[in-house]
Amino acid sequence: MGITPNSELRTPNLSVDIAGLKLKNPVMTASGTFGYGEEYSEFLDLSMLGAIVVKGLSITPRQGNPTPRIVETPAGMLNAIGLQNIGVETFIKEKLPFLKQFKTPVIANFFGDSIDEYIHAAEVLSNAEGVHALEMNISCPNKQAGWIVFGTDPKTMEQVVTAVRKATKLPLIVKLSPNVTDIGLMAKVAENAGADAVSLINTITGMVVDVKKRRPVLANNTGGLSGPAVRPIAVRMVWEVYKVVKIPIIGMGGIMNANDALEFLIAGARAVAVGTANFVNPTATIEITEGLKRFLKEEGLSDINEIIGSLKVGS
Amino acid sequence: MSKYFKAKTVDNFSLNKHFSLLNLSPLSDIDIPQPGQFYMLQAGDTCDPLLKRPFSIFRYEDNLLSFLYRIRGKGTLSLSRLKSGDIINVIGPLGNSYPVPDGDFIALAGGIGIASLLPLLDRFKNRAYLFYGARNKEELVMIDAAKGISKETFITTDDGSEGKKGLITDSLIDFLNPSRITHHASRIYACGPTPMLKELHRIIKSQIQNPKSQIIECYVSMEEHMACGVGACLGCVVKVRGQETVDSSQKWIYKRVCKEGPVFDIKDIIWE
Repeated sequence: MGITPNSELRTPNLSVDIAGLKLKNPVMTASGTFGYGEEYSEFLDLSMLGAIVVKGLSITPRQGNPTPRIVETPAGMLNAIGLQNIGVETFIKEKLPFLKQFKTPVIANFFGDSIDEYIHAAEVLSNAEGVHALEMNISCPNKQAGWIVFGTDPKTMEQVVTAVRKATKLPLIVKLSPNVTDIGLMAKVAENAGADAVSLINTITGMVVDVKKRRPVLANNTGGLSGPAVRPIAVRMVWEVYKVVKIPIIGMGGIMNANDALEFLIAGARAVAVGTANFVNPTATIEITEGLKRFLKEEGLSDINEIIGSLKVGS
Repeated sequence: MSKYFKAKTVDNFSLNKHFSLLNLSPLSDIDIPQPGQFYMLQAGDTCDPLLKRPFSIFRYEDNLLSFLYRIRGKGTLSLSRLKSGDIINVIGPLGNSYPVPDGDFIALAGGIGIASLLPLLDRFKNRAYLFYGARNKEELVMIDAAKGISKETFITTDDGSEGKKGLITDSLIDFLNPSRITHHASRIYACGPTPMLKELHRIIKSQIQNPKSQIIECYVSMEEHMACGVGACLGCVVKVRGQETVDSSQKWIYKRVCKEGPVFDIKDIIWE
């Protein structure tokens, strides 16, 4: 019967605050990789998650793209699902009641083809009991403006974020596209337009060619790259955004374990989202949370917030 | 019981130039797999290959999970390097299963498709008319095992190196000819390459239109690129007819091979 040092007795604080939303730990699921939660409920207790971010929703249901929709790449995967989803109404009626039983905030990811569709979806979701925050996917083309992707043009992005800000009182997270020259600028635009937080990165556009057929492998030709291959880019972008905005950052991009999550937190993310790793290991989120706790204990830290933005650069 | 568990490699060996067999011993209690179900497997938690690959359960005996596989890419190549004693993470059993046959039935296997059908033949011994086609003799794997548990076996190879030379679907057409019926099978179960399944669909359509035919149902196991295996990524969809369409103007919806499948009624699939 030895004496346990104090630091091992204390359970470090893992809770973080994102725009008034209190998360019991900083580990959430990335939209599109966790279905509507129920797909993974037989593998883990959803109450242990920091937040559940559900598959992107639109005002009307979407069939999505033809197949092949996914292809594996070195340390990553390309996907072109085409935003297949059941629509906001069906989500609220059929999926949200299940999610309410867990003590975990639900963040509804949503998108539209036009500013009006964004506003409409945001309004419907905001009125649903059990939706705790909204995450805007702005990596979609705007059909009213020559199919310019909202999230790659500062002006278009400013318009859509400003419009959605007026349509909801819920915490509003803007999910940034990495397919831009200056992600810091885009984050700043989102902040000025009223975003409560930014999440990054969405997938990086890529292509794989079948050399025998001389055709792209994906039916959609291009797809979004995710997985460990994108992680260094994502960490760099989180760091760049952290330097220029005051609002909280949710970092994501190829997080497979606690060490990866820590890179994001140290670079300035207040929370992280786990995406592709769920496919490989359905309990990845839980293992990462445990790993964060272990790291804090090992480092003699009592609060995860001490880690956030603790990156040292220069001499 | 969790569908995500650790399993120990008991052995992993080549059956011939093309096929190998992997035997895994689960390290915790698992759900009993049903014929047609599958598992997501990967040799270790590597970043490359990153994703697990789906494999049909080939045999479940004495709490040993067996998988028949063919080395085709990075995933199966790394799987082939697993050694006795290696522990890996497994997800499964996943997906639906073949509906229980009523009486005798027909099983149509193309190549490695035999892996998915063998548990069905084994569960319902000596009730299957097995139609098994492959490119050549070497690619007819587990043929003796399959013969031993089938009522009757019909074999074709593309090059005639074993069985009849030609397509297995042509042998099936002969067998189903209503003027020469010698069987009481009303259901077909199939697993194999898409061209074979498309031809089967054509055969079934003409069978159903023929009042003398006794074939009334056909179930096929589908394949698609898959990332998660549990219904989350929406990568592995197929076009399916049905009432539950997203809007009334749509005649079809996408269903997930991993969740609503892999076994579908052949009439429900939209073959393009």
